[in-house]
Amino acid sequence: MKFSRRSKVGSAIPTASMADISFLLLVFFMVSTVFVRYRGIPVKLPEAEKIEKLEMRRHVTSIWIGTNGVINIDDQTLGLDQVGPLIHAKLLANPRLIISLKADGAADFGVVSDVLQELRKAEALRVNFSTLRERSPEGM
Amino acid sequence: MADIAFLLLIFFLVTTTMNQDKGLSLHLPPVSETVEVQAKNILNVWINAADDIAFFERDELSIVPFGNLMGEVTARLTANDKLIVSLKAERGATYRMFVDVLDELKLAGATRISIAEPESGTR
Repeated sequence: MKFSRRSKVGSAIPTASMADISFLLLVFFMVSTVFVRYRGIPVKLPEAEKIEKLEMRRHVTSIWIGTNGVINIDDQTLGLDQVGPLIHAKLLANPRLIISLKADGAADFGVVSDVLQELRKAEALRVNFSTLRERSPEGM
Repeated sequence: MADIAFLLLIFFLVTTTMNQDKGLSLHLPPVSETVEVQAKNILNVWINAADDIAFFERDELSIVPFGNLMGEVTARLTANDKLIVSLKAERGATYRMFVDVLDELKLAGATRISIAEPESGTR
């Protein structure tokens, strides 16, 4: 028997459509990705200079406090007495919870203080007062 | 074609900024925790309902204009490095004023800041 030494069939992977396939995958993942993002209520945040960035967004839970003292967590308007249990449940699910307090600059500090006391009772002690960056006049 | 599309893609990836949360971080004390602190190591900063700032030291209340706040706090911190700043705002004070004062305290270099609960009554 005789075998031919080399097969004459050329082997090549067609790469012309590679870009199309990668784009298709890209678009698929872009479309199918869902960001959990709560909209909250519109607040005018106060401004501060000595601010820190909040890393690790998934540990952060935001509490919105509006001008009229309305408290909003995860797009739900809550009464003051509901804040503690909800935050405590969140803290049990994630012990590294950081509370981002997004209160309106014109809000009454009394309401903010009430929420802070609820947080203390719920043992959620890492709090960040959300602010905007202030342009300092001295250029510090 | 693909090159241009990738270039656009990378351009938008780089220029997109996720708005990151930022603000003044603070560690609240637990409810059960009560620490005895010598009175001389506490600087009481009060904000009243009309957004005036005052220091309460040695049973004396002295009003501090907002512009002088940072300098006054820095001076007291350099005089006593064990100083704890206790910030108390009355109900009716605006949250903006509270944040401004907290910012000034942090700018002055105060690391030990406590937020006192306001009394329910008006003073």
